Amino acid sequence: MSAYIGMFRMKFISGLQYRAAAWAGIATQFAWGFMLIMIYRAFYRSSSAAPPMEWPQLVAYIWLQQSLLAFWMLWGQDETLLSDIRDGQIAYELCRPYDLYSYWYARLIGMRLANVSLRFAPLLIVASLLPQAYRLTLPPSFGASAMFIVTLALGMLLIVAVSMFIYILTFVTLTPTGAKIIVAVASDFLGGHIIPIPFLPKWLQRVSDFLPFRYASDLPLRLYSGNISGADALTQIAIQLVWIVGLILLGRLAFGRVMRNVTVQGG
Amino acid sequence: MIYFRYFRMVLGTFLQYRLNMLLVIAGQLFNTLSTFLGLYFLFERFGNIDGWTFGEVAMCYGITITAFAFTECFARGFDVFSGFIRQGTFDRILLRPRSTVLQILGSNVEITRIGRIAVSAAVLAYAIGEIGVTWSAMRIFTVAMMIVSGVFVFAGVFMLGATVCFWTVDGLEFINIFTNGGKELAAYPLVIYPQRVIQFFTFVIPYGAFNYLPLMYVTGRSDNALYALSTLLFVPFIAVCLIAWRIGVRHYVSTGN
Repeated sequence: MSAYIGMFRMKFISGLQYRAAAWAGIATQFAWGFMLIMIYRAFYRSSSAAPPMEWPQLVAYIWLQQSLLAFWMLWGQDETLLSDIRDGQIAYELCRPYDLYSYWYARLIGMRLANVSLRFAPLLIVASLLPQAYRLTLPPSFGASAMFIVTLALGMLLIVAVSMFIYILTFVTLTPTGAKIIVAVASDFLGGHIIPIPFLPKWLQRVSDFLPFRYASDLPLRLYSGNISGADALTQIAIQLVWIVGLILLGRLAFGRVMRNVTVQGG
Repeated sequence: MIYFRYFRMVLGTFLQYRLNMLLVIAGQLFNTLSTFLGLYFLFERFGNIDGWTFGEVAMCYGITITAFAFTECFARGFDVFSGFIRQGTFDRILLRPRSTVLQILGSNVEITRIGRIAVSAAVLAYAIGEIGVTWSAMRIFTVAMMIVSGVFVFAGVFMLGATVCFWTVDGLEFINIFTNGGKELAAYPLVIYPQRVIQFFTFVIPYGAFNYLPLMYVTGRSDNALYALSTLLFVPFIAVCLIAWRIGVRHYVSTGN
């Protein structure tokens, strides 16, 4: 166990070194959030139809999504690991006397946690000081904030379980670009990163309900503002838990499969 | 000619990984399409944005992503320029008796983006059908000019981003605000934004000059041909970018290798 915690700590601490990139990321996410809010504002004032989210709920969704983006963005992966698979360095990893799935899982958690720790605070602070229409407001109740924090943490376990499939798939395709793009695109759309899930048509919302992606990001973001609450919230948290366990089991199975006939490239 | 030889070389390496290639093409395709789908769903719900219909905004979006896709395919070298500085490969480029701009254009051709060009063009074609204006020769010409102008403007922005690398290669991700971010922002007609945003994206980085302003003419909101002529604003912009690039090159100090 301590080896896995060690891996996590190493990744976490080394991740914290990339400050300049983090500042640039914060600026980008801030600009992006602002842009989205301006666009939705124009939509909201253009129509009298009742929107699926109240304005403060949407604003909270957007700001939290931007400030915590590093939790969920599957475009950013552990490039060292991926290029190791590509050029054969991975042979050294395979020699280690650890359970590799857990070892990498810990590694990826460390990376994501470090990225988020560096980025989330400045954006949240600025967003809660903005003029009223753009401001990030507090959750409506203590229950909502508690559920937000719990599902956020669980959501990270879930998204890392999803991202493990990128590495597994890279063992098959031998070069990471394709695996990454397919998984990332699916997660972007069905996780609510293109438009928030409540804005999708009903049938697509149903589809996203049956896939893991939205339980990582959309669920905590909507619990925060009370867009999902009550018994509905509890059911969805249960589904989130089922997905975490299911995907880790499935991932281990698939990982075992590709490990049985690994191709080590290069010489 | 040299450019096409570069092009073939990059294509050759890419074809070595077939399954990956298929995944990349499918992914790029859906990636471009997903943003458009998002746009479609928002219009399905709201009907219009500040009086602009889905067809009109789709046109704005189509022009923007088509131009961006072309630029990304052919001027990618500038987008990844920090690598040249970090690894000292820019020294090699300076030694060759060809222009630095041409060499960087040729250094990296993103074949994978061809899928994106195709999807973008399809979106644009769809929008042209959806927009419901009578197509005069002048309007068609304006649309063609919008794309050309857009390609140059995006290339100019990539170049400015690359120019920054001569001074610092730290925190370059902020350039994304103007490339990818600017592209998303300009996908909607600028009129929906606050005044300062409109001014910035018209006079500083002229994204509005190749989509919003000429669209005023194309959608028949105005008969003033000056709106169509705004597509030519890319000329002074690209001139400024080239000058900035020159200054940057002169300022260049090798990282050594």
